[in-house]
Amino acid sequence: MTTPAVSDSVSERQHEKLHDVVIRFAGDSGDGMQLTGTQFTNTSAVLGNDLSTLPDFPAEIRAPAGTLPGVSAFQVRIADYDIHTPGDVPDVLVAMNPAALKTNLGDLVPNGIVILNVNEFNKRNLGKAHYDVDPREDGSLEGFRLFEVELTRLTLEALQELELDNRSRGRCKNFFALGMVYWMYSRPLDNTIEYLYKKFAKKPILAEANEKALRAGYNYCDITGAFQVRYEVEPAQLEPGLYRNINGNSALALGFVAASRRSGLPLFLGSYPITPASSVLHELAKYKQYNVTTFQAEDEIAAVCAAIGASFGGSLAITSTSGPGIALKSEGMNLALMTELPLVVINVQRAGPSTGMPTKTEQSDLLQVMFGRNGEAPMPVIAPSSPADCFFAALEASRMAVHHMVPVILISDGYLANGSEPWRLPSVEDLPDLTVDFYGGENTDPEVGFLPYRRSSETLARPWAVPGTPGLEHRIGGLEKQDGTGNVSYDPENHEHMTRLRAEKVERIANTIPELEVVGDEDAELLVVGWGSTLGAITGAVNLARRQGYKVARTHFRHIHPLPRNTEEVLRQFPNVLMPELNTGQMAMLLRSHFLIDVQTYSKVQGKPFTRSEILDRIVEMLET
Amino acid sequence: MTEQATLTRSDFQSDQEVRWCPGCGDYAILKAVQDVFPTLGIPKEKFVIVSGIGCSSRFPYYMDTYGFHTIHGRAPAIATGLKVSRPDLEVWVVTGDGDALSIGGNHLIHALRRNVGLKIMLFNNRIYGLTKGQYSPTSEVGKRTSSTPYGSIDAPFNPLAIALGAGASFVARGVDVFLPHLKSILQRASAHQGTAFVEIYQNCNIFNDGAFQAVTSKEHRKADVIYLEHGQPVTFGDDRELGIQMDGAQLKVVELGDGLTADDCLVWDETDRNLAWAMAQMEAPAFPTPIGILRSVERPSFESQVVAQIQHEIDIKGSGSLDELVRSGDTWTVT
Repeated sequence: MTTPAVSDSVSERQHEKLHDVVIRFAGDSGDGMQLTGTQFTNTSAVLGNDLSTLPDFPAEIRAPAGTLPGVSAFQVRIADYDIHTPGDVPDVLVAMNPAALKTNLGDLVPNGIVILNVNEFNKRNLGKAHYDVDPREDGSLEGFRLFEVELTRLTLEALQELELDNRSRGRCKNFFALGMVYWMYSRPLDNTIEYLYKKFAKKPILAEANEKALRAGYNYCDITGAFQVRYEVEPAQLEPGLYRNINGNSALALGFVAASRRSGLPLFLGSYPITPASSVLHELAKYKQYNVTTFQAEDEIAAVCAAIGASFGGSLAITSTSGPGIALKSEGMNLALMTELPLVVINVQRAGPSTGMPTKTEQSDLLQVMFGRNGEAPMPVIAPSSPADCFFAALEASRMAVHHMVPVILISDGYLANGSEPWRLPSVEDLPDLTVDFYGGENTDPEVGFLPYRRSSETLARPWAVPGTPGLEHRIGGLEKQDGTGNVSYDPENHEHMTRLRAEKVERIANTIPELEVVGDEDAELLVVGWGSTLGAITGAVNLARRQGYKVARTHFRHIHPLPRNTEEVLRQFPNVLMPELNTGQMAMLLRSHFLIDVQTYSKVQGKPFTRSEILDRIVEMLET
Repeated sequence: MTEQATLTRSDFQSDQEVRWCPGCGDYAILKAVQDVFPTLGIPKEKFVIVSGIGCSSRFPYYMDTYGFHTIHGRAPAIATGLKVSRPDLEVWVVTGDGDALSIGGNHLIHALRRNVGLKIMLFNNRIYGLTKGQYSPTSEVGKRTSSTPYGSIDAPFNPLAIALGAGASFVARGVDVFLPHLKSILQRASAHQGTAFVEIYQNCNIFNDGAFQAVTSKEHRKADVIYLEHGQPVTFGDDRELGIQMDGAQLKVVELGDGLTADDCLVWDETDRNLAWAMAQMEAPAFPTPIGILRSVERPSFESQVVAQIQHEIDIKGSGSLDELVRSGDTWTVT
């Protein structure tokens, strides 16, 4: 296909309804693909589609232009029904240059749509993408529906009347592409236009330029006969309510503001920039009017330590990081554990070890957060299972911390952090009540005085007595404490007692958390078990397997430590248990060692989430052999 | 609230047995602090002492105030979080040369540059005591210790120079055995807005006895010690027969007499950063040792600015509604 002919009649084109479509925008890091994808997502969200997104970008801010490592992509799936993943394979690929085509074409569905910016297909760029022959000429694009568009030239032409340099004009080409995709999938432009004028309020010429490019792309499809079919994806039948689209890190930030309001405690975040956790810091830094203090510390250690100091002073204290930062914070976490102060440590996991692959997702810090501290150092661990669930997990982590006087780990990952989904907004009054009463000296025995380590018989939590309270002056620290008095103690019996007590305190949280729920066939031959961000892919795969007639059920761990009370009972109910994990089998190892149950691992460590079909294939393989 | 007027030294003594080695300089510093706190006009429950790890860091256990014995080197970071979230508290940090300048060097310089309202007492004994006598970042070159049997080859830090280099707004030096002088410095430190950094020469009579003899011995304590006083000419000596003059960018010692009087000497100005820098370079035995306040300038504290920024946002936008926040951004309704 070459330059399309002008069609006389627009109306003769077919309209086709789709239940779902997966679109991937791919280009150079500087091409604005994340923004383009986000705009398509937000517009689709407002239209009422269910959706799920998967941004995929390099760690380098601007790798050399046009090269393979510099490719940045954003995948979005929209649907008229309830979906769980951003899609296994794209139906549409927008490739802004040869490198973007090369790195993404292999994922495309057979007969999928490829939109190419042909202006970038010159010898130099083909060379940078390591193409010896132009892929348009060697047959490698056969089997796809190819649309070659002079995206750059058409954008420049559309903007020629604007007082802008050519470079700035050319940078609008992503909005030309977006306009085309909007036309193809029957999306309105106003949401994005409104965004542009807000974003470029101080430089309206840029808003105007991008709007022109967007409209030009849309009209290009409308006027030319390039596309004979226009698609529609109707709104999804989601549960009634008010919705917004949200990614995991934004949801975490909102969740902690909510926890602060529901507990009546000011929020304090100590943090140090690290991918992919930084946006939690960015988001919370905006919320000063909510009495949120964000402290960008000199390093990871100072970040957790400042949070511990704030906790001692009576704040809802949190710290956010990723795996390498957890390694640095482990001594600080143990101080919070020993002094029995509330603290939430957020680990947005990335592919490790060491620096690893900072922008790629993985679930390989589970054993680190469970055990990566000196001594016997149990901490509660909670793992959100979707971007929107990050909001509720933040509330739940805060609840455990302040009501049980323990440091808590909230373990998310890069997939949840950057991926987004529609979120049915909760009513604020329905959120859990996290009210905290600081200890003010009630019922203190005048003979004995204040006992900072005297415990609640129910939770074993010690009183939270904050500096500034007259008469409760006391000292805490990392040395072993005598139970009750909190005095430094080297007594052997006391150390054993305290070691077991700290573990028991965490175990008793199990009395306050929901039990595991099993979804699927009661007489299933296989239970698929997951934790954290794999929920979507597992749900999708189990649904497909059941539709194909396999007897399968699934359950999902949100609370990892302590485990839900019915864990063993659920696992023993089924003859086979499969645990897909983005590591080499860490949760499976925990369950095996706890219960001596043969949990089979399905492992993937490629810096990418599971696809539905990968898990489906494994389910079928297990049940057919 | 505790009656401030009635506070005495005994109100600040905890019931814990003090366990420093007999003869340790820490006892004198503890006494100085317990003498000074009741005089500050601050309610007892507002004091918090935060320490790291090391001999000096046992300090909180011996004070009947709120206290936090934290982890090695991190006291300034923990104290920063506490002070920023609770500016109403009077937060003192107790640390040592190993704790503050080796493992915790980063936190120290960042607290100083931010000007967090902390009073930092650095007990400098030029040795690791609690781990039994290894050389520290302030030990002199050539020092033989358990970890340097052939003598240390590390160039030592000058704590005052580090504090000045980090932009500290209050830098002072006291000596464990010069009690009235030390107390006067601690009082000034408490009154300072922002970080007050006080190096305290402290004798470790077990592993580094006599480390500061050039300052503390009878023979030297007048002859070779400069007691800095703001607005006063800098003179010293048994009979104040010596003075300090500027010599280019450096300081030099001059003998008074022959027409040279105190009026010809440098007048100490604790707001002059260059003077403070030059004075911090004077080290025994080649030079007399300066003690007192090297630098004290007004600079807004970190926590006051954090609070002001939050208050400003609340003033212009109102105290945010959680409901509105959750519903912000593009929303749509499914019916």
